[in-house]
Amino acid sequence: MTIAQFLVLSAALFSIGIYGVLVRRNAVLVLLSVELMLAAVNINFVAFGRYFADATAGGQMFALFIITVAAAEVGIGLAIVLLIFRNRASANIDELDVLKW
Amino acid sequence: MDLSIAQNWFFIIIALAMVMASLIVVTTRNVMHAALMLVGALAGSAALFVLLGAEFVAGVIVLVYIGAIIVLFLFGVMITRVEIGRSQSLDHERKWPAAVIAIGTFAVLAGSSVAFFGDEEIEGVAAVRTSDIGTAIFERFVVPFEVVSFVLLAALIGGIVLARRDDPES
Repeated sequence: MTIAQFLVLSAALFSIGIYGVLVRRNAVLVLLSVELMLAAVNINFVAFGRYFADATAGGQMFALFIITVAAAEVGIGLAIVLLIFRNRASANIDELDVLKW
Repeated sequence: MDLSIAQNWFFIIIALAMVMASLIVVTTRNVMHAALMLVGALAGSAALFVLLGAEFVAGVIVLVYIGAIIVLFLFGVMITRVEIGRSQSLDHERKWPAAVIAIGTFAVLAGSSVAFFGDEEIEGVAAVRTSDIGTAIFERFVVPFEVVSFVLLAALIGGIVLARRDDPES
């Protein structure tokens, strides 16, 4: 196993996530694509942790921190989406233009 | 030698499955299929973590991501009444700028990492034991651990405050 094959796979997943964030209209699907990008970053951290043979498992620790922050992000994000849906009866992000002027 | 060939085949199969699943996540017209294919992509990343000897992280991925976050997403899909089943309006109409940006990002990231690391090997070491991770959490990483627990507490309170209905009389 080379380090580059993990990095290329992670770059592919991250790019697919970027495509999903840019192309989706529904807020829940945008959040799903963000999860894809975070999973790509996790693969990078664990592969680099193994590559540098860190004695204190730093790569895996940061992967765990990212998982925690992702859980918090999904909770808050879905709460905001539900609130927007309750007020505007739509979860499409291109219809949210109240902050535009 | 045989072990490294087996590892490479395992990696190729898992990687192809992950890329296919994530392409389905961003292109399908069915919201339920998108959420369930994300399960496939995350399970593939858990398998890669086992391959890299990070068994505790693989277990956390299965428990937290597949067990909790995906269920939260399915609740979100059902509550916001995204049309379950085929629907035409999930995507923007202009897709090619997004595709150009995604392909450019992939070219830059993959090209630079291949150019920098070449074919340097990850040497096969034994799996990191969970007790070592526990020691690392409470010795070297204790301050980030406490900070991240505050992040979770703030997210908990924020979620409750956001999702609560306002009192009609106030």
